[in-house]
Amino acid sequence: MNVLLGLAGSDESITALRRTIDRTSEIGDDLTVAVLEKADTERSQEEMYRQAEKLLSEAEVDAELERLQGDPGASLVDYAEQGEFDQLVIGGGTISPMGKIQLGSLTEFVLLNAPTTVKLVR
Amino acid sequence: MPDRVYPDGTSGPFPAPPTTDTDQSGREIEYRVVEKFAGEALEDTVEMYVEFDPTDRAQGIPPTGEERIRNWLEAIAESSVNVVARHGEDVVGHAVLVPDVDDPAAVGDVGEIEWELAIFVLQAYQESGIGTQLLKHLLGHADELGIRHVWLTVERWNTPAIALYERVGFEPTGTESFEQEMGILLE
Ligand SMILES: CC(C)(COP(=O)(O)OP(=O)(O)OC[C@H]1O[C@@H](n2cnc3c(N)ncnc32)[C@H](O)[C@@H]1OP(=O)(O)O)[C@@H](O)C(=O)NCCC(=O)NCCS
Repeated sequence: MNVLLGLAGSDESITALRRTIDRTSEIGDDLTVAVLEKADTERSQEEMYRQAEKLLSEAEVDAELERLQGDPGASLVDYAEQGEFDQLVIGGGTISPMGKIQLGSLTEFVLLNAPTTVKLVR
Repeated sequence: MPDRVYPDGTSGPFPAPPTTDTDQSGREIEYRVVEKFAGEALEDTVEMYVEFDPTDRAQGIPPTGEERIRNWLEAIAESSVNVVARHGEDVVGHAVLVPDVDDPAAVGDVGEIEWELAIFVLQAYQESGIGTQLLKHLLGHADELGIRHVWLTVERWNTPAIALYERVGFEPTGTESFEQEMGILLE
């Protein structure tokens, strides 16, 4: 399967990255990792890019690594449309103090607009 | 300081518990603070959620199954503020505030931090005015404690709940996706 992983700067993105790397080394999917430009997150795009590079090489997974500029949702969906991807993976869903699941606006945009199956890693 | 955007003006005053009144179906309902959310008080509330119809769940809560319900309530019990609606011996509604901080034990002034609100009324008791009363009494009690910033999220299509929140003074904070985030500022 040809998988595209979109990474913002959140903790959920790190979780999605780790899980996707594990799955890729197990199954042997083709993986492309797109690092998004997103303001107001815990990590900058550059930090996230380096983190992805490090985890991929530690796991000895051979993946395409890309930086996407501009609005994170629009740039990711646009990139997905231009490639031949079977699945788009994003991290999403935080848990509030109450225990409520909350999906952010990036998650909503991607679920509603992506041309492919979307996998939401929680 | 609060991270979210709250209304410029304050809302209130709200009635404080305990209160007993008659709902729109003629049932006598008591609104009461649960000082210590443990033991029997906790078990009565677990029982309410066991009865709760899962089609009315909101963003994953309440969980289903007695064990998961108890774990959820125990996890928030320690530092939460709770008001219940009782009909006779039964808990038929529950409204709760949970502090939005990593370490609730370290909170000095409850007025400085933000509190997340949730409210549930058992299906057989809905649309009788209990939700409105319960919400007002929780806010009245919160006000007594010195709490000022209360927020919640609600699924965008849950129009009865959104209308209820707006009526007491909640306003959208600007953050929305599948959920609408709303906030209220107490006096
Ligand atoms: C939201 C909730 C707490 C409201 O409790 P309630 O006891 O039904 O509330 P009230 O009877 O005070 O009703 C408040 C208003 O909403 C209206 N309303 C309540 N449920 C409604 C429904 N299903 N459809 C249309 N209107 C509804 C009532 O008519 C009333 O309006 P009015 O004052 O103009 O007559 C309750 O419906 C509930 O527990 N829902 C499931 C959980 C949930 O969604 N919680 C909110 C997110 S945490």
